[in-house]
Amino acid sequence: MTAQVADGTAAGTPARGRARDPMRRGRAYSRHWYAWAMCAPVVIVTLVLVGYPLVRGIYLSLTDATEANMGRTIGMNVIPSTYEFVGLANYTAIVTSAEFLSRLGWTVVWTVACVALHYGLGLGLAMLLNRPVRLRSLYRMLLVLPWAVPVFVSAFIWRYLLNGEFGVVNAMLRAVGFAGVTWLDDPFWAKVSVIGVNVWLGVPFMMLALLGGLQAIPRELYEAAEVDGASPWQRFRHITLPGLRPVSSTVVLLGTIWTFNQFPVIFLVTKGGPGGSSEILVTYAYRQAFEGIRNYSGSAAWGVLILALLVVMAVVYRRALRRAGEAW
Amino acid sequence: MVSVAPARATRTRSTRSRGASVALHAALIVASLVALFPVAWLVLTSIKPRDAWQSTTVQLFDSPTLANYVQVLTQTAFPRWLFNSLLVAALTTVLGVVMSASTGYAVSRFRFPGFRSIMWMLLITQMFPVAILIVPIYNLLAGLGLINQFPGLVIAYLTSAVPFCAWMMKGYFDTVPVEIDEAGRVDGLTHFGTFWRLILPLSKPGLAVAAFYSFITAWAEVAYATAFMTGDDKYTLAVGLGQFVGQHKAEWGLLTASSVLIAAPAALVFLLVQRHLVTGLTAGATKA
Repeated sequence: MTAQVADGTAAGTPARGRARDPMRRGRAYSRHWYAWAMCAPVVIVTLVLVGYPLVRGIYLSLTDATEANMGRTIGMNVIPSTYEFVGLANYTAIVTSAEFLSRLGWTVVWTVACVALHYGLGLGLAMLLNRPVRLRSLYRMLLVLPWAVPVFVSAFIWRYLLNGEFGVVNAMLRAVGFAGVTWLDDPFWAKVSVIGVNVWLGVPFMMLALLGGLQAIPRELYEAAEVDGASPWQRFRHITLPGLRPVSSTVVLLGTIWTFNQFPVIFLVTKGGPGGSSEILVTYAYRQAFEGIRNYSGSAAWGVLILALLVVMAVVYRRALRRAGEAW
Repeated sequence: MVSVAPARATRTRSTRSRGASVALHAALIVASLVALFPVAWLVLTSIKPRDAWQSTTVQLFDSPTLANYVQVLTQTAFPRWLFNSLLVAALTTVLGVVMSASTGYAVSRFRFPGFRSIMWMLLITQMFPVAILIVPIYNLLAGLGLINQFPGLVIAYLTSAVPFCAWMMKGYFDTVPVEIDEAGRVDGLTHFGTFWRLILPLSKPGLAVAAFYSFITAWAEVAYATAFMTGDDKYTLAVGLGQFVGQHKAEWGLLTASSVLIAAPAALVFLLVQRHLVTGLTAGATKA
């Protein structure tokens, strides 16, 4: 926590010296002035492009606005909006629908499975790469490759690889005597497929982050443990895992958020199909908003619900971390 | 501390048993193949004749030809889309790095009223489902006259790239000793001068990662580009590519060739920064 030293007003001691001396107060303001100026571009862009749409979205979610009753301008004619305030009707309609619970269930399964596999495989590979091994940087570059390919390109590749008739995965299965699997046309295998594709995409990030984390653990700890006769498992359990905690807590939180909202993979690989079986909350909400008559209020309500779920999760997670002694 | 030197000597490559070495390499090779195969298959398909993808057997090579590339480059608007994508990605990268570095520095070094709110804002902005924001942002940009304009697209990309980069840069700056700032201040530099002249040059790995992330965000984004760009001459690659995928039949020959052309520059940028990637990224993650 080197950061707090730089300027006297660390979070824990906000009032230090402020009341005593007007000179100091002036200096504190000038410090804050710099900080604010440096944050200003980000804050302004975010407030305008995220904050405003959010506020407007929350408002819309409390109305019955659709494409039909939304105000618009056609040529010279201005058609006023005719939608009305309906309170929480959109939310109750969504939460009580069977679709919401089944989508939520699959989204949770999808998120947990993906993040667990990302983390497990990423940690395993990072530990292999952290050993002195010939060709280490070549391996690292090859393993990072999936991250270098734009997601929509990856999605196209995988749709082609998993094609039931012409896909190379099935061709290889047939070549060794198995029947092909209808990867993208069977509800169960479609789910397996999207999880597989997302794991392929996400492991490089986890691997690099955890590799850096491993390299930051002081070597002396391992040497001391070895001298004391600790087994490899004990060293992993008592040095590696605690040493990785700061990295892990951040990448797991970010990974969970990204996976929960992972739009392109599902939208481009299975299009949510077959029959909506691989649809997660985000893709389902998008479909609600952009297919048929655009239901602005409904999609806004979905968006607010998804965001609320994530915020609750992040708050709970941060609180758990803080209880475990990690300040932020 | 006397025992440290021999202990270090036991952890070298030469003392690992032969079996362990074989297993280690086998695991890494299998993982590398899994990572490499889809990309390699894409490249192989792109140099096959146009209809060769409709083959039910595995063939590595099948009368290789560059016909797909020639067609993509000469008979489609691909070069135009490429230029558009480069322009948008370059603007996003430059602005994204500048904005995230200054914000990251501010939240790393100063404790000011609003610090916590900004940290939360950076985190929560990551949670926004892009699909949901499209309609309101579209209306907003339309009001500003920025629809079908590159600046509008760049601004939209900044909202997704900058929060993550700033978050990561904060972590990176946290690892740069505060003594350097103090020395700069003693020598009479302003806060901004310290940041610009002392800290930024020390933070190249972190900046490289931020640049990479911003570039990839702009280079590979589909949803905003589809919604905001309406003219064929304003499409980016990600949107243009969608034109090769028909409702029922995809032109896999053209699709794979253009995918290779799209992925190659991204991979190139990636290779340029990957040396810094681990340091930059982890420093970000460890202290965030």
